[in-house]
Amino acid sequence: MNFLKATLAGALSLGLTVPAFAAEDTIKVGVLHSLSGTMAISETTLKDTMLMLIDEQNKKGGLLGKQLEAVVVDPASDWPLFAEKARELMTVQNVDVMFGCWTSVSRKSVLPVIEELNGLLFYPVQYEGEESSKNVFYTGAAPNQQAIPAVDYFLEELGVEKFALLGTDYVYPRTTNNILESYLTGKGIAKDDIFVNYTPFGHSDWSKIVADVVALGADGKKVGVISTINGDANIGFYKELAAAGVSADDIPVVAFSVGEEELSGLDTANLVGHLAAWNYFMTAEGDANAEFIKSWHAFIGDEKRVTNDPMEAHYIGFNMWVNAVTQAGTTDVDAVRTAMWGQEFPNLTGGISKMGVNHHLSKPVLIGEIRADGQFDIISQTEPVAGDAWTDFLPESAVLDSDWKDLGCGMYNTDTKTCVQIKSNY
Amino acid sequence: MKNTFLMRNPSVLVFLGLLALFTLGVTLMSEATGAALISTSFVKTLGKTLCLCLIAIAMDLVWGYCGILSLGHFAFFGLGGYMVGMWLMYERTRLIVEKSLANTEIPPTPQEVVDAIGTQIFGVVGSSEFPLVWAFADSLTLQLALVLIIPGLLALVFGWLAFRSRVTGVYLSILTQAMTLALSLYLFQNDSGLRGNNGLSGLQNLPGLGSVPQSVISMWFFWASALALGLGYVLAAWVVSGKFGSVIRGIRDDEQRVRFLGYSVEGYKLFIFVLTAMIAGIAGALYYPQAGIINPAEIAPIASIYLAVWVAIGGRGRLYGAVIGAAFVSLVSTWFTGGQAPSIPLGFYTINWVDWWQVVLGLSFVLVTLFAPKGIGGLFDLAQGIRAPRRHGQPLGPGQGALQEKEAQE
Amino acid sequence: MRHFFHVLLALVLLALPAQLMAGPVQDILQNYRAVIEKSSRKTIEPAIDALANSGLPQAQKVLETWQAKDMWQRKSDGFFFEAKKVNAKTYALIDFDTGETVGEVAKDEIDQLKPNSGIRAVIATALVQFQLSDPDPARRSDALTAIERNAAADHLEPLRKSIATEADPAVLARKQRLERLLTIRFDPEIEARIAAIESFGGDLGVDLRATLNPLLATRRIVVAGKPGAELNIARTLRPGSDELPRDAAYAMLVDARLSTPRISASDKRAALAANIVDGKVAGIPVAQLNSDEARATAYAALAAGGKAAPTVTEAQFEAALAAHSFVDVYAEPSKAVTDAASDAMDAIQMRVGLNQALDLGLDALSLASIYFLAAIGLAITFGVMGVINMAHGEFIMMGAYTGYVVQQIIPDYTLSIIVAIPMAFAVTFAAGVAMERLVIRWLYNRPLETLLATFGISIALQQVAKNIFGTQARPLTSPAWLDGAWVMNDVVSISYIRIAIFVLALIFLGFFLFLMKKTRLGLETRAVTQNPRMASSMGINKDRVNMLTFGLGSGIAGIAGVAIGLFAKVTSELGSDYIVQSFMTVVVGGVGNIWGTLAGAAMIGFLQKGIEWLNPSNTLAAQTYMIIFIIIFIQFRPRGIIALKGRAAGD
Repeated sequence: MNFLKATLAGALSLGLTVPAFAAEDTIKVGVLHSLSGTMAISETTLKDTMLMLIDEQNKKGGLLGKQLEAVVVDPASDWPLFAEKARELMTVQNVDVMFGCWTSVSRKSVLPVIEELNGLLFYPVQYEGEESSKNVFYTGAAPNQQAIPAVDYFLEELGVEKFALLGTDYVYPRTTNNILESYLTGKGIAKDDIFVNYTPFGHSDWSKIVADVVALGADGKKVGVISTINGDANIGFYKELAAAGVSADDIPVVAFSVGEEELSGLDTANLVGHLAAWNYFMTAEGDANAEFIKSWHAFIGDEKRVTNDPMEAHYIGFNMWVNAVTQAGTTDVDAVRTAMWGQEFPNLTGGISKMGVNHHLSKPVLIGEIRADGQFDIISQTEPVAGDAWTDFLPESAVLDSDWKDLGCGMYNTDTKTCVQIKSNY
Repeated sequence: MKNTFLMRNPSVLVFLGLLALFTLGVTLMSEATGAALISTSFVKTLGKTLCLCLIAIAMDLVWGYCGILSLGHFAFFGLGGYMVGMWLMYERTRLIVEKSLANTEIPPTPQEVVDAIGTQIFGVVGSSEFPLVWAFADSLTLQLALVLIIPGLLALVFGWLAFRSRVTGVYLSILTQAMTLALSLYLFQNDSGLRGNNGLSGLQNLPGLGSVPQSVISMWFFWASALALGLGYVLAAWVVSGKFGSVIRGIRDDEQRVRFLGYSVEGYKLFIFVLTAMIAGIAGALYYPQAGIINPAEIAPIASIYLAVWVAIGGRGRLYGAVIGAAFVSLVSTWFTGGQAPSIPLGFYTINWVDWWQVVLGLSFVLVTLFAPKGIGGLFDLAQGIRAPRRHGQPLGPGQGALQEKEAQE
Repeated sequence: MRHFFHVLLALVLLALPAQLMAGPVQDILQNYRAVIEKSSRKTIEPAIDALANSGLPQAQKVLETWQAKDMWQRKSDGFFFEAKKVNAKTYALIDFDTGETVGEVAKDEIDQLKPNSGIRAVIATALVQFQLSDPDPARRSDALTAIERNAAADHLEPLRKSIATEADPAVLARKQRLERLLTIRFDPEIEARIAAIESFGGDLGVDLRATLNPLLATRRIVVAGKPGAELNIARTLRPGSDELPRDAAYAMLVDARLSTPRISASDKRAALAANIVDGKVAGIPVAQLNSDEARATAYAALAAGGKAAPTVTEAQFEAALAAHSFVDVYAEPSKAVTDAASDAMDAIQMRVGLNQALDLGLDALSLASIYFLAAIGLAITFGVMGVINMAHGEFIMMGAYTGYVVQQIIPDYTLSIIVAIPMAFAVTFAAGVAMERLVIRWLYNRPLETLLATFGISIALQQVAKNIFGTQARPLTSPAWLDGAWVMNDVVSISYIRIAIFVLALIFLGFFLFLMKKTRLGLETRAVTQNPRMASSMGINKDRVNMLTFGLGSGIAGIAGVAIGLFAKVTSELGSDYIVQSFMTVVVGGVGNIWGTLAGAAMIGFLQKGIEWLNPSNTLAAQTYMIIFIIIFIQFRPRGIIALKGRAAGD
């Protein structure tokens, strides 16, 4: 029985590890990205990006005369653990701001905690929208900043008349495809001309689906594929696509989750000409981008590492936060939030991003064609588009608006002129 | 009866005493009710660990005592969580919706309220209609009953089919694994009506109790988990003592002989299978409101295999072994993967525990199986001078780690 | 703002033609400078037409350069040039009009024009007139591809002319086929079109269907009374049928402004809200308006009082439907053509259906061979020896990573595959032998614990792979001769890599049979599995036999890993994707019999494809239902499809 006692005592002592109260002259920045588990590959890069940005800021003399201190935790791609670690960061480590999350489900897991404790989170990944939390700034793309412009490109530039929406079965593809279906119907595309398919994570047997897509061409309309396929599954998909001899000129594929990082696991020779839509590509020309890539390579110590869209989102988000804190003169969440509205910062693709009162960023939309070297040729770049928290293309969401400055509400029903709820849906 | 039962099983009293002491200790050190020595997030971790101990007891009953290596008990755990989560989500959303609709000029019809709740809950996954599985979500009593009924029913149907056709041993293990894989794949689909990969979230916010701080709520759940664990332990100890327990162990050691003796082996196995499924359901129903979110990844086959790992490391065939295993391995895992364990620099390479913990866990598991089949619980035997006989690799039933081998006492 | 500036700039430059006398092509390009810079398919056409119709000899060259993304613009004056890379930072500019190198400039002084694929298609179409009779067959072929993608009526004449002079038989065949397709679409003579349609018979080409289907495209319209004879009617619909529910029919009437809309629930609500007087609507207190009946009553009262639009009654609804016809009409005016096309399509559809079934069968066969390949090692270790090896999936993964590592060392893909296969076998054979020696042989009598111990090894191996190779997928590229697909026709095709996997599976089946039935090791293995003590008594070294057999099973898993890595991905989780399926394949098929494993793989493969076919939009559902089916199947045949009988069946 002694052993049992010892175990319990040991367990207790774990919780008693009272944080060493750090000297008051640092500002703590929480980094909440998975360093192990399935999401580690994507999120580790973002953790490194944050460390680089904090490092650079400290070299510039820190913030409000204090040094910044990064507090890194590992939620291990385990969604409940995100909530637990967020609470730990805010109550035990007392961080002033958090940068983190990748998947929507991890964000939804953190939301209740962060709203309860009035924290601040910067979320850097493109997502399905339909959300605007008082305590979150969304620096990734909302559907109208990625999906809708890409579809417009398909309709106008490529003359696509028939759409195959292929996605991994989770919330981002589901919601995005719902919005797109509704949008396409509004553009006069018949329901029969939209083919939707969902596959599991890591799916590898693509022959039938690719054959189905090719068969769509049988009624003489130009077919385009909109892919929200996530992660590893893309490899099998593109391999099968190449094997079936599908050329980008016949059936173009535009992907929303395939960037420089994903392509590095693939031989892209057979994929030249297929497309991706993002707010940033590594090939963007400009001094800011060149500088960013240079410091990234120097920080990580590897010239071969690529940069990608969520990294730029963190870059913009972090710098905006720094400016907002400087402006507010404090790291107090409410003051920083007020200072964030309308905050402007140059993005890496040449242009100015602006934080809206709905906590979404305005960014240009870029469309790139895959090159043989795994990079993208930017063939289209729009003026900055303001992120829309609630899509205009779903009837339930079209009536909703988000304005934290004047309406003080993230889910405001413009029909009934009432705030549906102050806290988010989760 | 109760008296004699406790007399015969003094370890139950010891366990309950320790559990009570532990609960009291945490209560006195918590933020809400004590000296604020341990943080709310750690209270939640401890509460969740207690729930894991409870399902480990269920696993020990079904595997350590009855010899069925089920690799699917986390399916029942998850189902329990889903059942309670449905009510939590529905009720919380209903309150929000009613409050917002109360501001409109024309009072809403009941159907409009339900539609608005549907839009709120399923808007995330791009739909707005309530699937059939949510039929009882508006009633706490019914959903709580479902916490027992749904896992029990699934276990009953699955167990009846499997035991009836005499699927045993590793075949049954693979079959239970297939069951939990099928269930998690099913729940991953949006069509399942339980919000697919997003699952049910925000479960830590109890409806109508928005003003109660999480530090207090976490204590409530901690107490409830401790109570459930205590009751579950007593129930399990009671089931395995006496004649019923002897039959169960008999089935584990030689199913055919028990059958020849005239016992309905299938009936006994089915009873244990369903009972443990229900215990797992309760554990899940207490676990997920503390975790805050449940999604299908929670019931992937790997989780159930880990459950077997905990029980094996703790020592199967003894209930406290299961508790120790679950508490020890899950807390140590949390510690190592939490990035708190110090890295070991070897000069040419730095061992980062986040990366290497899994390797250590996997290998320690092999070592336990090979050299210490009794697990940590075996240490108690050592202390009491009970030794396993040297069998030179010969079999003596599947339960080499069982406590019943009194003949081995020297 | 930028565009405006460009337009302004272009206008200014246009106003100064004297400075622009650089050359005729450059003039045209400068004329359209704004749209060329804007680079959008919607606005680019005038520029391309102007170039193509300029009659200048350089036009073809300019268009081809542009299409190949080799046209650059000098920032200083906005002139367009062909640029050739000299080195990373310097480009040589070549003038289009003179064809001479103008000079070398730094890269940041020029901008590359990046026409998107829409514009490239427009350029390709414009190039058709130059390329159809080009001496280079590849260019002629390009022209045909451009027509196929984007045909226009004015392509028909040049195409017909070019057929007469075509020498290359392959290109000629394409030209003739394309001519018939264009005839169907664009020829003014109805007889010629029908003849062209009939000339194809039951051809399976997607291009033919893509030509016929638009002819058969219909649009649904509503007309008052009976439809006129000028319409080419496909069919008449009755409101209330499955294709046209009554509500949908009425909605069509409303859309066509032939009837007044019915009041929707939200409109009703809005009308009620607009008419609240002293907390009452038409005399009913607002608080009572929380049911549909009360709202209907209140609304009726409002409508009667003229304060809201009256509702449409059931009788009006019926009358409106009855007074109109609902028809699907062809966009194509000629009935003879649509009839011919419809007949042709019917014949084609029949054959397409059959071929789709064949294609699905091939897919299923391929999936079955993948499952079989993944499970065949397990058929040895689990099926024959009875050892549960949960780390089997990790052996598959090790094989795949071995392939990856070999490919890093040997860059030639063909050679690297030839080396990788025996290497993968060697690596996993060694790992298997080590595992058998160190762990499994102590647990032969405790199958459940073997399961747990090997599971421990499995998670350890997976994590080690993650630590070495990272979680990102690694490329394992197949040699060029395995690229592409074997195309029987436009419906049935299968990629070469899948055929290779199928062949590999067959080879292993043969190898397994040979090994078990014809070799000493096979005999000894069977003896040891059936009765280890007896086998020992006969002088068989059972430790050695077990070790070799286990190593063999693991080695085959390694080779399967190379094959699977080639067609899918190489990640540390590769093995765990296949482990449950592999076990189910062996269990469903029947333990201890290779034919059973084959039957199991075939069943699972075909079943999964069958369910996918029934529910094409949700692949996840197919996997779920397949597993449920297997669970139920095992209840009824607990020993699998091919069950061992008698003594061999063991307990």
